[in-house]
Amino acid sequence: MSQITIFINDKEYKVESGQTIMQTADHLGYHIPRLCYHPKLSIEGACRVCIVEVEGVRNFVASCAYPVRDGMKIRTNTKELRQTRRDIVELILDNHPEDCHTCERNYNCELQRLAYSMGIRRRHFTGEKKHYDKDLSSEAVIRDPNKCILCGRCVRMCSEIQKVHNLTQAHRGFKTVVMPAYNMPFKESVCTACGQCINVCPTAAFLERDYTQELFEALNDKSKIKVAQFAPSVRAAIGEAFNLEPGRNMEGELVAAFRKLGFDYVFDTQFAADLTIMEEASEFLERLQSGGKLPMITSCSSAWMKCMEQFYPDLIENVSTCRSPMSMAGSLIKSYFADKIGVDPDTIYSVATMCCTAKKYEAARPELVVDGRRGVDMVVTTREMAWMIKSAGIDFLNIEKEKPDSPLGMSSGAGAIFGTTGGVMEAAIRTAYELYTGETLVDIEVEAIRGLKGVKEGKLTMDGAEIRVAVAHGLGNACQLLDIVRKEPQRYHFIEIMGCPGGCVGGGGQPYASVNAIPLDENALQKRAQALYDLDRHKTIRRSHDNPDVQKLYREFLQRPLSPVSHKYLHTHYHAKTPRGIIPRVELK
Amino acid sequence: MIDIQPEKLGELRQFITQFQGKPYFESNLIAVLHKAQALFGYLPREAMDTIAEAMNIPTAHIWGVATFYHYFNLKPIGKFVISVCLGTACYVKGAQEVLDTLRNELHIKVGETTPDMLFTLQEARCLGACGIAPVIMINDKIYGELNSKKVVDLINQMRKSAAKG
Ligand code: SF4
Ligand code: SF4
Ligand code: SF4
Ligand code: FES
Repeated sequence: MSQITIFINDKEYKVESGQTIMQTADHLGYHIPRLCYHPKLSIEGACRVCIVEVEGVRNFVASCAYPVRDGMKIRTNTKELRQTRRDIVELILDNHPEDCHTCERNYNCELQRLAYSMGIRRRHFTGEKKHYDKDLSSEAVIRDPNKCILCGRCVRMCSEIQKVHNLTQAHRGFKTVVMPAYNMPFKESVCTACGQCINVCPTAAFLERDYTQELFEALNDKSKIKVAQFAPSVRAAIGEAFNLEPGRNMEGELVAAFRKLGFDYVFDTQFAADLTIMEEASEFLERLQSGGKLPMITSCSSAWMKCMEQFYPDLIENVSTCRSPMSMAGSLIKSYFADKIGVDPDTIYSVATMCCTAKKYEAARPELVVDGRRGVDMVVTTREMAWMIKSAGIDFLNIEKEKPDSPLGMSSGAGAIFGTTGGVMEAAIRTAYELYTGETLVDIEVEAIRGLKGVKEGKLTMDGAEIRVAVAHGLGNACQLLDIVRKEPQRYHFIEIMGCPGGCVGGGGQPYASVNAIPLDENALQKRAQALYDLDRHKTIRRSHDNPDVQKLYREFLQRPLSPVSHKYLHTHYHAKTPRGIIPRVELK
Repeated sequence: MIDIQPEKLGELRQFITQFQGKPYFESNLIAVLHKAQALFGYLPREAMDTIAEAMNIPTAHIWGVATFYHYFNLKPIGKFVISVCLGTACYVKGAQEVLDTLRNELHIKVGETTPDMLFTLQEARCLGACGIAPVIMINDKIYGELNSKKVVDLINQMRKSAAKG
């Protein structure tokens, strides 16, 4: 890389070579409009919204794909450019439904924003519109091809970052549609329900399956006892849906809002995260001491669960049998808790607010049914809950903070960091170390496995034994790590996998990127994670096994980790499922 | 429904092995899809699943390629593929009437195949035989200067020849 001189709109700048015009312009404070471009994905160069004028080049060039050169004279805002860009966006609108006021993405739509910023104030043409059926087959992710503008971001997200390769742009020209192979319904496809396609889609072509109306109805049902739980990373992100900076912890506000919405009891999934650690750390130590299958791989990420059954059935025995914290809480709500308050578990309506779309899939897994009933009756995403809070007219930013209910409400700092990549491993280490050595781990913050590096490795010594751990977030990174595991099964003892980039804080159900932010912005992910690490640091109890309510639960109900009662309520099993997923050895173009 | 003979899937797998281990292995996908179409007359899902597995290519990618090229049939096609020219010359000379007659006679829409798997009906842009418009093409042969009666006669001929085997 060397310094070169370029001119943007006649102003001279010294810049680094080896970058695109768009990247350079971004640094210099010119935001060139764009649609198909995403910094984490390969360059598609398809939408041509990002065109600029380069002196000496006959046609306008796509700035996302065109490198800067020494002496280059670039113009970003001429009359002709503005007109051409506007035409391009108008052409997109031309066969887009005119549905904004009834659309889920209204006010949160990149196409809307783009059209507005282009100065499109009336429509010149109305062309032939597409008419496709929506795919409503999945419990988690729904697809509406009529809203798709073929930017291809979802296809690249699903194949490049998640390596699931569920999507393709099928057919050609006007008939192009984004779909899974054979136009299969999502439910029958290799989709892991991670929801990352929703996060990167600029429009409402991908959405989570919306349960908000049903939930409002259930909350008005006097015959039901309504019980809420919410994931760690929901509190770290929901503020963004209310225009707060990323990384504000909204735990107290959320608890208060749940009660205002009509929930009778509010529990915290973080309590169940502590419980997961008790079971998972014990399971790990049992495998370690009795020659069980290693490396043991964590199981709390639902997208990973589905991915594992379709892409890695050979590793099923390596995966912990622990249910996710949500599902542990669910089965306890309908057993231990129902018993405590002396009600028939069938009168309880159990609702989880999650950062994750795949949790909707998980909650419906038949493997998790205990005594004929689901532990979690409904899952809504952070986005859906934010909408409900607004729709119910709750003054979220100014309400008095409240605390969750007992007995499934108190949590340690270890439970909080579950929401970020590396957090489950760190929490497990804190407990496993103590269970194994009988001594307290003093330095409990495990820096090596924090942060956004795709695959992280760490080591610790327990009574002279070296334990090697690894952490991956995002299914594509997981795939790299698991390739290593397949080749060198001895290399690690314990592995944490989270299906989404950044872990749950980057879940497929988190608030959409705000104006001028990009989906999956690392900065935002880091701030959300930091909110959880801060939460941990401010707690007096930072180890799961020190949580007094967890201890009480074992005394009163579960007996001990891995007991038959624990197995019934807190563990599960997996099966190889079809269609089998295929991860190509090379990038396919 | 058409039977997918396992021998043919085996032959397809065999065909793929010749590329195995060579550089740019995946780039042979189109050649392999051609082979599959030659074997089955179209691309059945079973064939694409077989290719996916044997070439380690996700089915979504194969589907993207298969749907991109008009050459590939995604549904079984009839013994006789009838393409009706809707180019300007044919249109002026009554191609619409020819098409309507075919639709009525065969009881199918454009893009469909008769349940007896004899006829598939397609539209075509100019077939380059404007001098004898309106024309249709049946498999590789062009028939010109058509009207409703001639079309019905043609279909009946085809039916007879098919019945003889
Ligand atoms: S996707 Fe965006 S532009 Fe399209 S209807 Fe919805 S809000 Fe409007
Ligand atoms: S939910 Fe995830 S796996 Fe499914 S299509 Fe979207 S990105 Fe791919
Ligand atoms: S579904 Fe969304 S992300 Fe995918 S191509 Fe269409 S508009 Fe783009
Ligand atoms: S953003 Fe550059 S071509 Fe789409």
